[in-house]
Amino acid sequence: MKENKIITKSLTLYYSSKMALNSVTMQIPPKQVVAFIGPSGCGKSTFLRTLNRMNDLISGVKISGEVLIDDLNIYDKEIDVVNLRKKVGMVFQKSNPFAKSIFENVAYGPRINGINNKKVLEEIVETSLKKAAIWDEVKDRMHDSAMGLSGGQQQRLCIARTLAVEPEIILMDEPASALDPISTSKIEELIFQLKEHYTIVIVTHNMQQAARVSDYTAFFYLGELIEYGKTKKMFTTPEKRQTEEYITGRFG
Amino acid sequence: MRTRTKIAGGILTGLTGISAFLIIAIIVIILFVIIKGGRSTISWEFLTAFPKDGMMKGGIFPAIYGTALMVIIMSIAAVPFGTITALYLAEYAKENSFIAQTIRFAVRTLATVPSIIFGLFGLGFFIKFVGGSMDHFFLNGQLKWAQPNILWASLTMALLTLPVVIVSVEEAIRTVPLELREASLALGATKWETIKRIVLPGSLPGILTGTILAVSRGAGEVAPILFTGAAYYLATLPVSLSDQFMNLGYHIYIMSTQSANVDQTLPIQYATTLVLLGLTFMLNLAAVILRSKLRKKMRNL
Repeated sequence: MKENKIITKSLTLYYSSKMALNSVTMQIPPKQVVAFIGPSGCGKSTFLRTLNRMNDLISGVKISGEVLIDDLNIYDKEIDVVNLRKKVGMVFQKSNPFAKSIFENVAYGPRINGINNKKVLEEIVETSLKKAAIWDEVKDRMHDSAMGLSGGQQQRLCIARTLAVEPEIILMDEPASALDPISTSKIEELIFQLKEHYTIVIVTHNMQQAARVSDYTAFFYLGELIEYGKTKKMFTTPEKRQTEEYITGRFG
Repeated sequence: MRTRTKIAGGILTGLTGISAFLIIAIIVIILFVIIKGGRSTISWEFLTAFPKDGMMKGGIFPAIYGTALMVIIMSIAAVPFGTITALYLAEYAKENSFIAQTIRFAVRTLATVPSIIFGLFGLGFFIKFVGGSMDHFFLNGQLKWAQPNILWASLTMALLTLPVVIVSVEEAIRTVPLELREASLALGATKWETIKRIVLPGSLPGILTGTILAVSRGAGEVAPILFTGAAYYLATLPVSLSDQFMNLGYHIYIMSTQSANVDQTLPIQYATTLVLLGLTFMLNLAAVILRSKLRKKMRNL
């Protein structure tokens, strides 16, 4: 097993002339859950989105430094962004199912990869929904609109949709911030199960959530990575004063 | 002070109410006059027969048929072309790039050009230039395409309605949420796959709205087809793209200016106007129903 799944080296990002990330260097080991915490606007979501090049869509973004995934710089000219995004899946803050049936939502990725065999698709959809712990709730209404699901179910459907592409890394941008406590705990349970097979990076505003689900925690402030280490240590004996103040709720 | 604001408010409410009422009154009066004048002339025969006795009697079927056919050919040309342009503007062009601004300027200008100019342009470009070249190169100079016909008229009308299509389709494309595009891209879809599978289906109701507006506009305009294809009277229906056609709007114009006895044709004019209004109304209604069904389907699926 490789030592690190994701490595960033002096990653700096500008939105036009505004610096959003300042020379972020970090390593993320495989099959672990890493939580990004920090106050709003600290750059944690921006950093997350550099890992599957979602920032490419925003005009005026300038990036320097390196992001290595499996030792390949994903900002290299030869890198195919489409393949990168198949390998690095993403779950968004607001659940965003397509206005299609539950089945078609999960089958979207495989279909794009050219899988059209109904049997194969059905299998992928079923496995993905099971992995996302939502199969039992939707198996009898696969062809109903995904819009009819509850917020928590929609978010788990979006996770299933991401899993159907068979990524190796899953990025989650505050996946539970719009959900009620029960749905949130279901997502957290799910993250716990998923880390057996996937490397998971999760941005969260919720400190308890970071403490509950993650193995490593990174604290961002004003575009800089202030502190990064084992979650247990970060939450008990942080090295930096800023980290401690944020974690104990003195600012942020 | 209080009473003064109250009075001012009262006056304003009154004024806005009167304006609103006036608008409704104008429509009611127009409809009333047209219906009253044309009602007794409308019959099954009027809708399905050819004109006869120097267009003093008989029906207006060829004009209805010609209008519908022209509008269909126009939509086939304008809707895909307009949709592709809108796609370029909304998805591909950089917001403030020179080319995007040039296109926008062109679209705005196109929308304000008087319709008779389109007619003259159609005559010069489609008939003389395109048609003339076709005859010259493919038919050894034999006259076929270098004269007014339903194809050139429809294409001229398509130019006129193009801005309407572009604007409404672009708006529809922009209302497809960014989150859905991101979701699709994050699953490894290319930009084109995202457009094809998410953006275009999501903006179908808007494309339909654009079509409705274009059709309503195209069905009513006369100037663009004056020189490019509309005929005074035809004994047969158009069967080929190189045939001329009769048109409701043009028919009304002919009846009111060119007929031997204008007073005698007055009921026919009213009735033709009523048919034109009815046709536009029905086309609109059909499209509105189709659109709301589509929206519902997309919600429930």
